[in-house]
Amino acid sequence: MSNSSTIIDQVQQVNGGEAGATSGAFPNTSVQTSDSPILQIRDFNVQAGDTRILKDIHLDIPKGKITVLLGPSGCGKTTLLKCLNRLSDLHPSLKVKGQILIDGEDIFHPTQDLTTIRQKMGLLSQRPFPLPMSIYKNIAYGLKIKGIRDKKVVKEKVEKHLRDVGLWEEVKDRLHGPAARLSIGQQQRLCLARGLAVGPEIILADEPTSALDPISSRKIEEEFLRLKEDYTLIVVTHILRQAKRLADHIVFMYFGEIIEQGTPDEIFNHPKSDILKQYLQSGH
Amino acid sequence: MAALQRLILPAKLTDRLSTGWLNFAVLFLILLPLVIGAGLVIKSLPLLEQASIGTMLHSAEFSPQQGHFGFYAFIMGSVWVTLLSFVLSAPVCLLAAIYLTEYSPQWLTQSMYFVIDVLAGIPSVVYGVWGVLVIVPLLADYVAPALGLTTTGYCLLSGGIVLAIMAVPYMLNMLMEVFRSVPIELKEASLSLGATYWETIKWVVLKKGLTGIIAALSLGISKALGETIAVLMVVGNVAKVPKSVFDAAYPLPALIANNYGDMMSVPLYDSALMFAALLLFVIILVFNSITSFFLYRIKEQ
Amino acid sequence: MQKRKLLEEQFFLWLMRIVTLSIILVFLFIMGVIIKKGYHAMSWEMISQEPQGGFYFGKGGGILNAIVGSLYLAAGSTFCALLLGLPVALGMNVHWVTKTKFVGAIRFLLNALWGVPSIVFGAFGFALMAYLQIRASLLAGIITVTLFIVPIFIRAFDEVLRTVPQGLMEAAYSLGANRTQIAFIVFFRQALPGFITAILLAFGRGIGDAASVLFTAGYTDHIPQTVQDPTATLPLAIFFQLSSPIPEVKARAYAAALILTAIILIISLVSRLSTRRFKKNIL
Repeated sequence: MSNSSTIIDQVQQVNGGEAGATSGAFPNTSVQTSDSPILQIRDFNVQAGDTRILKDIHLDIPKGKITVLLGPSGCGKTTLLKCLNRLSDLHPSLKVKGQILIDGEDIFHPTQDLTTIRQKMGLLSQRPFPLPMSIYKNIAYGLKIKGIRDKKVVKEKVEKHLRDVGLWEEVKDRLHGPAARLSIGQQQRLCLARGLAVGPEIILADEPTSALDPISSRKIEEEFLRLKEDYTLIVVTHILRQAKRLADHIVFMYFGEIIEQGTPDEIFNHPKSDILKQYLQSGH
Repeated sequence: MAALQRLILPAKLTDRLSTGWLNFAVLFLILLPLVIGAGLVIKSLPLLEQASIGTMLHSAEFSPQQGHFGFYAFIMGSVWVTLLSFVLSAPVCLLAAIYLTEYSPQWLTQSMYFVIDVLAGIPSVVYGVWGVLVIVPLLADYVAPALGLTTTGYCLLSGGIVLAIMAVPYMLNMLMEVFRSVPIELKEASLSLGATYWETIKWVVLKKGLTGIIAALSLGISKALGETIAVLMVVGNVAKVPKSVFDAAYPLPALIANNYGDMMSVPLYDSALMFAALLLFVIILVFNSITSFFLYRIKEQ
Repeated sequence: MQKRKLLEEQFFLWLMRIVTLSIILVFLFIMGVIIKKGYHAMSWEMISQEPQGGFYFGKGGGILNAIVGSLYLAAGSTFCALLLGLPVALGMNVHWVTKTKFVGAIRFLLNALWGVPSIVFGAFGFALMAYLQIRASLLAGIITVTLFIVPIFIRAFDEVLRTVPQGLMEAAYSLGANRTQIAFIVFFRQALPGFITAILLAFGRGIGDAASVLFTAGYTDHIPQTVQDPTATLPLAIFFQLSSPIPEVKARAYAAALILTAIILIISLVSRLSTRRFKKNIL
C-alpha cells in the first residue's frame, strides 16, 4: 500500500467537521529564492473530517530546479504533491482551501480546465504503474489524449522519450509486448517517459525510488539531474542522502506544516529548528 | 500456558478425529460432480440406447407418446432466452457498476449493496409471480398491440426480461468488485497525463478489468441458462423453435421441471428428462470451466 | 476537442445515472407489487392453519404446512451443509494452506459446482432416490438441497477465512497449538460473524429454491412428522397455487410470496447486522 493512500484512508475514517478558516490576505512573499517561482502555494489547507493534513502551507517552487519535500512518513508531503495536479479530487472527503498558482492561474479555480493543468505536470508514483497495454501504447496514450494521432509523429515521439530515459536500447525489440513484463526499474523509467511525452513543465515525483533496487534508483536520480535543464522537479522523499544528492531547494515538513526550507547546505549543515535537528540525527 | 498444555493433551485424539472428518468431507466434495454426472448418465442410458445423441440434439420432434425425443426446440429456447436476458442485462450492469464504483456518492453505493443483496435473495418463484403479474400483461396488453402484434404475453421476451432482472445482482456485484480492484494509482497515472475521468475509465479501467468483466458476464450467462422456475412461469412453454421474441419458448430447465408428473407414466420419458438435465449439467460445467481456465491463464501472464 | 470530450462524459454520466436509477426502481417495483398483492390476501388464517377441506377450491385454511415444511427443510439442509462444508472451508485455510495448487483446485471445483443450476440437483436427487429406494420426502429434499447449498456455504465461509491474517496462525503455532486447535479456536473466533452470515446465506438459498425440491420433497397438506414424510414447501405452494384458475387460490399464492419474501428480507437484515458485507462470494 502506498504511503499516500494510507494517509488518506486514515483520514477518511474521521467524519464530520468543517474546514478550518483561513485568512484571505496573502502575506508578503519574501521568498528566499532568486528565480521566479513557477508554482506559488498560498494559504493552503487540506482537511479530512477533523484532521488537518496540511496547515497553512505557503511555498514557492523555483523554476528549473529540483525542490525536495522532505519529512517523515505521514507528514502530508504526498498529499501536497497530489494536490498540485488536483489528484485530490479523487478523494471527495478531502477539503481543500487556499490557492495554488501556476503561471499565475489558480489550479483550484472552479472553471479551471483540469486536463490542461495536469498535462503541465507529470507524475511519478512510489511504485510504477504501467497502463495495462503495450510499452509503445503506454507512451502513445498521452499523445492520443492530446489529440496527436499522426502515426509517424507518435512513433518518433515514442522513440525519443524512450531514449530520453535510456530505455530504448532495452525495449526496442519488444515495443508491442505488455509493459507489465518489464522489470520494476524499467517500468519506473517507462512511467517517466510516459509522463515526459505529454510535454509537462513540472515533474512531480512521489518517493519514486522507494520500490526500486539501488542501481535502478541511481538511474532515476541521474535522469532527474539531467531533466532539470528542461523541467522543474518536485521530489518527495524521506531519504536524507537522496535529498542531498538531488536537491537545489529543500522543504522540510512535519505534521502538515512547513518547518524549514532552504538550500541543502542550510538544511543539513545549519538546521534552525529542533524538529529538523532531531530528524537529521535520527539518521534516516 | 498451563491451559494450553491441557488443551494439547486430548488434542492428539481430536486432531485425528477431525482430520478424518475433513478428509471425508473433501473427498465427498471432489466426488460430487462425478457422482452427479454418473447418476444422470445411468438414468439417461435407456434413451441413449434408443437414439443417437446427434439426432436428439438436431431433431425438433418431441412427442413422448410416440417415443420421439428431439431436443432442438428446447435447446434453442434456452439459447434465445439466455441471449435475450444477456443483451438486456449486460449493458445495464456494466454502466451501473461503473457509475457506482467511479462516480456515485458513498451513500448511494452503500444502499445499492442492500438492493443487490435483497435482489439476489428474492427466490426465483417470487420473480415468477412478479413476471406473471406485471411483465406478461404489460407485453400482451400494451407493448405488442403498440407494435401491431398479438401475443399472450407468455413469451420469450417475458422470460428474457425476468431473467435479465434476476441476473442483475450477480453481474453487478461481481463487476463492482472488478472495478474496485483496479488500483487508484493507475487512474492517477492516466489522469496525470491529462486524460478526463471518462477517458481514464474507457481506456484504462475497462482494459485493466477486462478479464474480470468477461468472467462476470459469463457468470450471468450461466446463471440465466440454468434458471428454472421463474422462466417456466412466464415463457409460455410451447415446444417449438421461437421465431420472434413474442413467441412462446420452452427452455430445457422448464422442460424438466414441468413434466416431472408425467414422466413415470410414459416409457423413456424419465430417461429423456434426465438426459436434458445431463445436457444442462455438461453445458454449464464446460462453460464455467472454460471461463475459469481462461481467466487463470490470463492471470498467470 | 475538449468540448467533445466533455459532452461524451456528460452523455455517459447521465446514461449511467438513468440505468442505476432504473435498477433501484425495478427493485422497488418488485417489492411494491409483492407487498401490495400479498397484503390483500394475507390473513392470520394463512399463517396459522394447515389447508382445510376444499382449500384448493377457495375454501378455508392456510399454508402453515408449507411454512413449517420449508423451515424444516432449510434448517435440516443448512445443518448438513455445515457438517460437510465447515471442515472443507477450515481445511482450505489451515491444514492445506501451503498446498496452494490443491486448494486452488478445490476452489475451481466449488466455482463449477456453484454454477450448476438447482434443477440439475433436483434431477440428480430424483435419480438418487430411486437408487436408495426412498420416496419423495423431507429426507430426500434435505439431501438434495444440501448438495445444492454446500458450495454456496463453503465459498462464502472461505472468503471470510481468507481475510484472517496469516500472522495469527503463526502466532498460534508458535504457542504449540496443533492444526485442529488452530482451526477451531483461532480462526473460528476471528471469523464468527462471517460464519453466521455464510450460514444465513445458505439457509436463504435453501428456503427459496423450488427446482431442487420439485421432484424430491413431494407435497402434502400436513406438517411432516418424520423425515420420511413428504413435505410442502413455500416456493412450491406459490408455484402450484398461482396456476389455479380460482382467484381465491391465486391470491394465496401472493400471500405466500409475501411470506417468503419477508423471510428473505429478515435474513438479509440479520446478516447485515451480524457482519460487514462480503465482497465477492456473497451471492
